[in-house]
Amino acid sequence: MSLPPYARSLGLIVEPGEVAPTYLMPFEHRVVGRPGFLHGGALGGLLEMAAIGALLQALEGEGEARIKPVNVTVDYMRGGRDKPTRARGSVTRLGNRIANVEAVAWQDEEDRPIAAARMNYLIVR
Amino acid sequence: MNPLSAFDPERLFAHGSHGHGGLLGIGYVAHGADWCELSLPYSEALIGDPVSGVLASGPILALMDMATSCGVWLRHGSFHVHATLDLRIDYLRPATPGKTVIGRGECYRITRQIAFVRGMAHDGDAGDPIAHVAGTFMSMEGYR
Repeated sequence: MSLPPYARSLGLIVEPGEVAPTYLMPFEHRVVGRPGFLHGGALGGLLEMAAIGALLQALEGEGEARIKPVNVTVDYMRGGRDKPTRARGSVTRLGNRIANVEAVAWQDEEDRPIAAARMNYLIVR
Repeated sequence: MNPLSAFDPERLFAHGSHGHGGLLGIGYVAHGADWCELSLPYSEALIGDPVSGVLASGPILALMDMATSCGVWLRHGSFHVHATLDLRIDYLRPATPGKTVIGRGECYRITRQIAFVRGMAHDGDAGDPIAHVAGTFMSMEGYR
């Protein structure tokens, strides 16, 4: 799966997974907010890319299906520090018209999230 | 409300923004006592859907995070280190490829520790918005 220009601008690296890919975002100047911390927008963007990646993988084989974001809610739990960040999405429910997707971002340990997002997507088949 | 806010968002963006704001090219448009408008110029580097050329939703999230954050500092009266607690965005329609997105963020209430914000984004016509946001920020030291 090729990354859209925005994901390349964030410097994302894809790590393929059986159910969903993991996205790695290196800590670089372009994703920094206040000095030493990740920008909330970059973190939100990473979570959205992770959600989209999980959904597209779930839709694989459906060829024509396109997705449109309806909304996103991001919860910020810990400040993103000067280290790599990973995020992965999971599809909670894949319906005919709507997909409910969650994504979690972490730095050191996967069970210590720094941010999480909940998203609704419209599926156009 | 604080019409004589010591926080000047125009100065913050006068020399271009750094870090993530610089990547996105976010700039100052206007501000009032408790609101701020920032711009996100269209850029091919920010495309989320290469087929349509529509901007990714991430840059709009970042724009609204910054615009609402400035709204808090304006209402509060000074720059204050704080953290986004949550941000919800409804994507009302896709942004039109080629057009600059304008994000307006407003802080409508500040308590001791929490600032409540809302905002809208449009791409030229404020009556035809592309996104609506609601969120909260938290201050570790307290806003007052």
